[in-house]
Amino acid sequence: MKPGLVIVGGSYAAMQIAASAREAGYSEPIRIVSEESILPYQRPPLSKGYLTGKFAAAALPLRAEAFYRDNRIDLVLGRRAETLDLRAGTIMLAGGGELAFDRLALATGTRPRPLPVPGADLDGVLFLRSLADADRLRAQLEKAASIVVIGGGFIGLELASVAAGLGKSVTIVEAQDRLLARGVSAQLAGFLADVHRGRGVTLRLGTTIQEIRGDGGQARSVLCSDGSALPADLVLLAIGVVPNVELAASAGLACQDGLLVDRLARAGDPRVVAAGDCTRHPSAFAGQLLRLESVQNALDQAKTAGASLAGADKPYETVPWFWSDQYDLKLQMVGLVQGHDRHAVRGSMEQRRFSIFYFRSDRLIAIDSVNRPADHMVGRKLLALGRSPSPAQAADESFDLQSLLA
Amino acid sequence: MPAVVYVLKDGSERRIDVPEGTSVMLGAIQNNVPGIEAECGGCCSCATCHVYVDAAFADKVPPADAIENDLLSGVAAERKPTSRLSCQINMTASLEGLIVRIPDKQSL
Repeated sequence: MKPGLVIVGGSYAAMQIAASAREAGYSEPIRIVSEESILPYQRPPLSKGYLTGKFAAAALPLRAEAFYRDNRIDLVLGRRAETLDLRAGTIMLAGGGELAFDRLALATGTRPRPLPVPGADLDGVLFLRSLADADRLRAQLEKAASIVVIGGGFIGLELASVAAGLGKSVTIVEAQDRLLARGVSAQLAGFLADVHRGRGVTLRLGTTIQEIRGDGGQARSVLCSDGSALPADLVLLAIGVVPNVELAASAGLACQDGLLVDRLARAGDPRVVAAGDCTRHPSAFAGQLLRLESVQNALDQAKTAGASLAGADKPYETVPWFWSDQYDLKLQMVGLVQGHDRHAVRGSMEQRRFSIFYFRSDRLIAIDSVNRPADHMVGRKLLALGRSPSPAQAADESFDLQSLLA
Repeated sequence: MPAVVYVLKDGSERRIDVPEGTSVMLGAIQNNVPGIEAECGGCCSCATCHVYVDAAFADKVPPADAIENDLLSGVAAERKPTSRLSCQINMTASLEGLIVRIPDKQSL
């Protein structure tokens, strides 16, 4: 028997690589090595319903233990892969122990980007990535009165939404002059800014942090670039993530803000695949290399990686999609808005039920939907097929978008 | 607790006790019933937990709300009048023996 496949990582991509490899007929041993000591679990609820108790811990695992057992997937939990020797085909585990492999999958994910200011290590300054982080945050959220969220991206806005819903005083500090500057249009970002302000959240845009001040080791206030100090007994750092590529890079695999993979999720070496947040892949849809941070990317790229391990070609070509829930808003986004030169609104922004269609040279490139899932669903199909309504058709609710799929 | 009968793609059946208040989707995930993917974890964002509810239970299962109905327009397999998202059906005693059929695919 061959030593088989070792998968490093313990989240969506790790689970799905194993599942898809088995589905595609890979029959050698499979081991998943994860630093966390629990079954792979859902992360999106951690910044939403899990914090309020609405989403139960029992519902977090992506798959039951029986799934791994039935598919002969061994879980090596609570162990960190420390060094990788591609030539020897071995991984050394922290604390001792070695795993041999002839196929390797890297699904190492990301870690929160640290904030390089004094006081970032005080008590009451928290990140959110893992379930353990969420449990800490949940415990402190309860007793906190004034919360400063640093970073106006999705995690920051979702946390602000939860905290404001609990009646806390919430301020979001964002270095850019608008929210969600990295991946969301100014139109949607402006709408969300109004929604948050309407819920009593203070937005400090174009503002950076100089220092987090405390006493007795506990955070008490956040000192901003304009000299103002915001009282805070809880500071949430949500300024993005850094891909975990150290293991790959140390073994000589090419990395460039992400482990570089091809459209079959192969990472340079014929024995190695990779998937999820840690990778940068050539996107046929975008016509460029992308590093995406999403459940969709992790699962769909992992399906490709799993197939590749079994010798099947299943190029990763899914149109990217994302979701977020804030207050009573269901946000669903498909495609990529960067580079749009025109947009059209379908529905009513005042009634908070609308979709924004984005075009580049009259070609549809993305749709952001707020409380309009049907537009999102038809949008996924339109973008996958490369079909576009005209901007006028997109804005006309009497025009049936489904008719373009026929 | 009430049982759900999941009819798999190959026609075989899995009968599973699902606690009241737990969704038909979660009952499948926690018991390793294949064919329900639930990529969004039950927040009604992805339409990958599609099932067909047996006609005998059509009147017993509460109807889909507007959001679910919208999402059903985009399921990967054929949408039928009996199509539902299993994350939106919570088990109750009156649904004892609920039969749901799993479609041939959940993603495009």
